[in-house]
Amino acid sequence: MSEIVVKAPQGHIEVKNFSLSYDSIEGPVEAVTDTQIHVKPGEFVSIVGPSGCGKSTLLNAVAGFLKPTTGIVTVDGEKVNGPSAERGMVFQQYSLFPWKTVRENVEFGLKMRGMPRSQRERAARTLLGLAGLEAFEKHYPEKLSGGMKQRVGIVRALATGPKVLLLDEPFGALDAQTRVIMQQILTNMWQRLKISVLFVTHDIDEAIFLSDRVYCMTARPGSIKAEIPIPLERPRQQSMMMSSEFLALRRGLMSLIREESIKAMGGELNDMGMQGLNIELHGHSLADVI
Amino acid sequence: MPASTSPASPPSFGTLALRWYRLNRGGLRATAIGLISLLAFLLVWHLLTTYRVVFFVRFINVPSPLAVYASFTKAIHDPKFLLHVLLSCRRIFFGFSLAAIVAVPLGLIMGRFKLVHEIIFPVAEVLRPIPAIAWVPMAIMLWPTNEQSIVYITFLGSFFPILVNTLHGMSLVDPVLVRAAQCLGARERSIFRDVYFPASLPHIFTGLTVGMGVAWVSLIAAEMISGQYGIGYFTWEAYSLVQYADIALGMIAIGVLGLGSSMLIRGAGQLVMPWRSR
Ligand SMILES: Nc1ncnc2c1ncn2[C@@H]1O[C@H](COP(=O)(O)OP(=O)(O)OP(=O)(O)O)[C@@H](O)[C@H]1O
Ligand SMILES: [Mg+2]
Repeated sequence: MSEIVVKAPQGHIEVKNFSLSYDSIEGPVEAVTDTQIHVKPGEFVSIVGPSGCGKSTLLNAVAGFLKPTTGIVTVDGEKVNGPSAERGMVFQQYSLFPWKTVRENVEFGLKMRGMPRSQRERAARTLLGLAGLEAFEKHYPEKLSGGMKQRVGIVRALATGPKVLLLDEPFGALDAQTRVIMQQILTNMWQRLKISVLFVTHDIDEAIFLSDRVYCMTARPGSIKAEIPIPLERPRQQSMMMSSEFLALRRGLMSLIREESIKAMGGELNDMGMQGLNIELHGHSLADVI
Repeated sequence: MPASTSPASPPSFGTLALRWYRLNRGGLRATAIGLISLLAFLLVWHLLTTYRVVFFVRFINVPSPLAVYASFTKAIHDPKFLLHVLLSCRRIFFGFSLAAIVAVPLGLIMGRFKLVHEIIFPVAEVLRPIPAIAWVPMAIMLWPTNEQSIVYITFLGSFFPILVNTLHGMSLVDPVLVRAAQCLGARERSIFRDVYFPASLPHIFTGLTVGMGVAWVSLIAAEMISGQYGIGYFTWEAYSLVQYADIALGMIAIGVLGLGSSMLIRGAGQLVMPWRSR
């Protein structure tokens, strides 16, 4: 285990006065506007928001794939200028290299850092063991299930010991049971490695269950509508999802998102119409119905 | 099967054979049917030629399978025939290898660097539709020896399929994989070597297979027109010398050589891309 260096708390993400517009034929499309977020060292922060509100855009800017139109993204005070191994990323689409075995995938970042073969083999084995994947180290990704692929993706992103881990709806394509297991695994790894996590999802339960804090975004152009601390104690159990505390948080977030989803789907629904919906749905969330 | 659940006792030979049979039933069936259909082909050929059928197509002068077999047994002891085969293989080897060595890296670089693509692509598009055979007169003018011009034509035949398929492979590389490599700390060089190149390999091998086929087409045409040796020349010469059995022998030799070389490429592909074999 000596290869996995537990660093002093670092990985402080700050996004200030951020906006980002895409160029298109009709002129600039403002995807994210006037946004400030931050993640403290070792904190687990989620971003939720309606579809198309700019969650991926924001995350890709933190990763360094996109340049902000205005504002600045920093990690530990250093400006983000492009992708780097300091910021590990897990994508919604499976992004393992099909031509590398599971272990070679995990080793890739270490190889880029110039770590000698025997050392990185050992490090990769240790990490795969943590995720319960040691039996699959010689398999090619094609032969793995979706959940296993994403687990390898997370392990691969963590192998280089990044300061922060960015995840863009990593469990979106998984079935409900696998999702729950993956959430547990991610929590375990996060607690062991004491790394900052910025997690994008549109699953409210997932956001509450995993996070220390949740940002809720408005419909496009996205900005931060609310910031909700999640005071649930850790370690968290699946059973907590039935607790009144959890349900209260869920209700609060749900109504925030509902407003924005309706805006995103068709601005013509006015407040009166929304209240009508509220009464009719009675206890069900709009998200459930859709 | 109880034997398969207890690892303590090694399965008997009978069980193993049975399992092997079950797993390979599809392949065995295909082989058996393939053999039967080849035999049927030979039989039809035999009947058509022994009865000298004339039905739109004239089988009067077409050699029978037995006649071809006779000339085959004679030919394999004839050093001249072996030389024909050997020289054709050598021309394929040089022409095709050169094409692969030039077209694959060129395609990779064109796929990665827009400027190179913009410069080379128009020229390639204009030259590509010209069949290699149409190059014969030009090749004879360009190259001092006959041998060189034939290799050059073989080269041209396989060059464009390899280039086009490599380019196609490069254009299909999943950008998410490039991003994944970037945030694992990969620089331009390793992105090229560890992402773009392996991601394009399946298409590169498609290009090599197609290129090999076109290489043989071009070679035979070139040999028939301007050769003094080679299996294409042998086939054409047999016609001029009224040795009909040798025509069929030459054709079959070309077919077998073409098949063998594409099998070599497929084998190489499986070696180079172990993740694709199942
Ligand atoms: N390359 C682009 N050019 C123009 N517009 C874009 C581009 N990429 C995204 N957009 C627009 O920017 C907005 C934000 O996109 P983004 O992918 O960040 O949303 P998202 O919140 O991640 O959505 P989802 O929940 O569907 O993943 C969307 O409305 C989208 O249509
Ligand atoms: Mg997205």
